[in-house]
Amino acid sequence: MSEYNFAYLDEQTKRMIRRAILKGLAVPGYQVPFASREMPMPYGWGTGGVQVSAATLTPDDTFKVIDQGADDTTNAVSIRKFFENTAGVETTEETEKASLIQTRHRIPEAKLREDQIIVYQVPIPEPLRFLEPRETETRKMHSLEEYGLMHVKLYEDISQHGAISTSYAYPVKVSGRYVMDPSPIPKFDNPKLEMDAIQLFGAGREQRIYAVPPHTKVVSLDFEDYPFEATKADHPCDLCGAEDSYLDEVITDDAGSRMFVCSDTDYCRCRREAGHTGRMTKDVAA
Amino acid sequence: MTPLLQVKDIEKRYGTRIGCSGVSFDLYPGEVMGIVGESGSGKSTLLNCLAGHLEPDAGQVIFDTRADGPVDTVTMSEPERRMLGRTDWAFVHQHARDGLRMSVSAGGNIGERLMAVGDCHYGQIRDRAIDWLGRVEIDGSRVDDRPTAFSGGMQQRLQIARNLVTGPRLVFMDEPTGGLDVSVQARLLDLLRGLVREMGLSAIIVTHDLAVVRLLADRLMVMKDGYVVEAGLTDQVLDDPQHAYTQLLVSSVLQV
Repeated sequence: MSEYNFAYLDEQTKRMIRRAILKGLAVPGYQVPFASREMPMPYGWGTGGVQVSAATLTPDDTFKVIDQGADDTTNAVSIRKFFENTAGVETTEETEKASLIQTRHRIPEAKLREDQIIVYQVPIPEPLRFLEPRETETRKMHSLEEYGLMHVKLYEDISQHGAISTSYAYPVKVSGRYVMDPSPIPKFDNPKLEMDAIQLFGAGREQRIYAVPPHTKVVSLDFEDYPFEATKADHPCDLCGAEDSYLDEVITDDAGSRMFVCSDTDYCRCRREAGHTGRMTKDVAA
Repeated sequence: MTPLLQVKDIEKRYGTRIGCSGVSFDLYPGEVMGIVGESGSGKSTLLNCLAGHLEPDAGQVIFDTRADGPVDTVTMSEPERRMLGRTDWAFVHQHARDGLRMSVSAGGNIGERLMAVGDCHYGQIRDRAIDWLGRVEIDGSRVDDRPTAFSGGMQQRLQIARNLVTGPRLVFMDEPTGGLDVSVQARLLDLLRGLVREMGLSAIIVTHDLAVVRLLADRLMVMKDGYVVEAGLTDQVLDDPQHAYTQLLVSSVLQV
């Protein structure tokens, strides 16, 4: 562990990243460019999130990593190990106990508190990217608040599918000003973006950091006659019976059987420990 | 009556070469101005300067805005100019591909300007898109088709619909009939003439096709090497050309 500087990055780099984070917090939703470093993992594995976490971590922090809601998948395990090795911080799988949470594609079900920070891994920070390929033009559109194009995308959704079919990375307007890509979280999580904790977004390959300060207004874009809807599978969790959590669908055999489980593994475990049961755990409990 | 657009001594240079120089004219509401000249005479440079796509080196382009009356659009702030560009102004490109979003359906293309000015009711946007498709003679059932599935003439008409949906007062057209075959051109001209008269639009049309200006334009400017060599009523200029270059231009039209 002592072979590394605390949390892998050198102090100058962390300082540079912290400045970008502060600027991001001062201008909610604005994408701050930063000199992203090469990290010992490939792009797309969370190099942006890792750098933001490294710059934010202190030795007293308790660190949690989730990947699609789960604590035990490859991405989560390897990033957790990375910081165990390079920072020696305490790690946990419990949302409650964590002070810094790095996440890929989910927001935990448990309500986050003011003393917590959540760091998102972002693949493509520019919400207008697939509508307007020129970076110079999208920057101008952000600076002049020209967001009509974002609605064109939603219009296309409705005209083709009869409803807004964008189900993840659903664009939001932050604090009445910047349109932001909330990273590929399911739109079920969009209402949670208005939270008590600090939210930081890091995109390593694209070299952008942005942020949403606590208690900031975050509105999902929609049409008056097609309002935003946070959707999930219409089913309770088969393990813990939760009806309010985002579910993963798991195919269990080749005869069409399937089960729905909470994507947030920690939430599911806590509920089962508290005695809740679902369709597939009833018999075991009884 | 206040002119809708007053152009005063516009000059644009590319290094030492002249793009266009010393161009002045007034355009009144409901008037259609044609600009003709050979390739490289500075027509498109002039049009782009007027529409705010290029920054002129000298001169003023004063537009009579709805809110504040006559304002110089050259010194205006960029957000204001871009706002004009999607409300009171329209720009029809020679190639429909430059003016359309090819990966977005016809309805989305028409709706973009509406959504850009804050419209967010899907049903209303769609109704207006279908209404406008009808006005440019495209079947309403094609509202969800992409422009890539349209013919060249239809793409051009779609581009016109997309531009006129917000009810602009001034339309810039850069060779609107270029690259279309003659029968399609005739239909497009007919349509344009109808729309211009019906909506009381003012328009500036750049073209090298004298037939287009004869049909559409009230007044005509002839450009050569960056300068305006002759200006006047369309019929007057075409029937009794004074400048040697205009005489050449008129006499080189092929008679069938």
